[in-house]
Amino acid sequence: MDVNVQWVFTSMALLGLASGMIGTFALLKKQSLIGDAMAHAALPGICIAFLFYGQKSLLVFLIGAACSGYMATVFIQFIVKHTRIKEDAAIGIVLSVFFGLGIVLLTWINQHEGGNQSGINDFLFGKAASLTGNDVNVLTITAVLMVITILFFFKEFKIITFDRAFAQGVGIPVSLLNGVLMFLIVSVVVIGLQAVGVVLMSALLITPALAARYWTERLGWMTLLAGVFGALSGVAGAYVSLIAYVPTGPLVIIFATALFLFSFLFAPKRGLCSKIIRRHVERKKLRVKQLMYERGEQL
Amino acid sequence: MSYTIWILLTATLVGINCGLVGTFLVLRKMSMLSDAISHSVLLGIVGAYMVSHQLQGVSMLIGALLVGLLTTFLVQLLHQKGVQSDAAIGVVFTCLFAIGVVLISLFADRVHLDVEHALMGEIAFVPWDVLEVGGRSIGPKAVWLLGFVLAINIFVIVFAYKELKISSFDSEMAITLGIPVVLIHYVLMGMLSLTTVASFDSVGAILVVAMLIVPSATAYLWTDRLSTMLICSAFIGVLASVIGYVGATAFNVSISGAISVSTGVIFFVSLWIAPKHGVLRKWMKKSPA
Repeated sequence: MDVNVQWVFTSMALLGLASGMIGTFALLKKQSLIGDAMAHAALPGICIAFLFYGQKSLLVFLIGAACSGYMATVFIQFIVKHTRIKEDAAIGIVLSVFFGLGIVLLTWINQHEGGNQSGINDFLFGKAASLTGNDVNVLTITAVLMVITILFFFKEFKIITFDRAFAQGVGIPVSLLNGVLMFLIVSVVVIGLQAVGVVLMSALLITPALAARYWTERLGWMTLLAGVFGALSGVAGAYVSLIAYVPTGPLVIIFATALFLFSFLFAPKRGLCSKIIRRHVERKKLRVKQLMYERGEQL
Repeated sequence: MSYTIWILLTATLVGINCGLVGTFLVLRKMSMLSDAISHSVLLGIVGAYMVSHQLQGVSMLIGALLVGLLTTFLVQLLHQKGVQSDAAIGVVFTCLFAIGVVLISLFADRVHLDVEHALMGEIAFVPWDVLEVGGRSIGPKAVWLLGFVLAINIFVIVFAYKELKISSFDSEMAITLGIPVVLIHYVLMGMLSLTTVASFDSVGAILVVAMLIVPSATAYLWTDRLSTMLICSAFIGVLASVIGYVGATAFNVSISGAISVSTGVIFFVSLWIAPKHGVLRKWMKKSPA
């Protein structure tokens, strides 16, 4: 196998793994669309980082994106807290305005800094094939660090996700941990942007986690499964992309959605089919009971 | 000169259309559905192209309308079957968008439509794509399309004003009054899809979201009356278009990006100074004077 191809496979698998695991928490905290907002809000940060640093560097971009992503969350929270505008509209406002700013900066860079060579345009739609060895190294290290962070803080994340008040009561630094979680979301978005692009990165956070939700009631298993689903879709998408000459990002998302649909329909307990079957069985039982009861009265 | 006027007219029409439809989205807490539909409409456009082999006019509108309604329907279906609503939106639109992108890349050599164009739009090219009747040009196609959609939007809003109003503010009361709430929901989604697809070509998917949500949310800070809010948000949309256009030409950057930034600036200013719901006013009220 070509080295380049190996790079793409490794990085897509790791990216899927990390984003699936992080997405689990985003999903359970009902913050799926925050991932979407982060992915869009990262763009101006990346552009500004590029303007300052002068060349493409995943690490510098990560810092820039983390700053603008953080600003975006601050804005969203400020709007929700101080006005009567609801959260969904606040997310929409911040997402679209930040992205607009990103586009403005992007066109500026393309005109003034020779940005076409910088490969910064790839961030909009993602091109896994454009990943270089250096990118893959950064991506691998970041993904591994993220997985370790999740494992390390797993218990704390679990408590703040399910029972915030309790967590505060026990003395867990809730806002700090929320910040860590938010930082993880931003980082996974940034390392994923280049591979799958702005729009589809949010899907990589949501869809595998949602699929995993159907198979288990335990957070540990769900996190693991979401990671596996993400990695599977990443590899499958990269594979088909190689043979069919279609962009990687959308294919990864289509695979992830297929996994979700399968789980949604056929998962053993929570799936639609098993629900329908269960209802059918219950109804039959009820009918039998009713029948026996009626006969019993007659006898 | 006329070039500038056509661009400004296009941007103005986008501003009015989005301002009107967006008002209802903000009131009904469905802002993120506009994000969803603005992306999934891409699939509708590609689908329409595959069926009719052209990229303009009615077939595109129908394609977008169908996919827009499909998006709404799927989101609601998933939500009914127990998927939390934010995740339902996220899964549906990203999947439809992904399918759209794959189809575009498969037919890329034949379709005059690339993803970059779809996301960012290029309003600067609008004046070159003119509609010709009997050999004479009667103005850009985009302007006609937007004008047509504006007529539909105004017609629906005037015709069903009371129903829209009641169902947006108090859906339970609307149900007891016998107003067809579900129908109105789908009509609104239809309007949203039409507006999105008409604006799509000039300002791109994400900037449609800016034009839909930001001016309406800004108007929501200024007024409590629905009619005032509609006019106000259309006006803010137009204002943002003009400021954005002037700024973009001054710095030679993306016009649509600049327009969405200027909606953001107007929002940010209003956030502080709006008379009733602004932050400054609230803080003044709180502090014991």
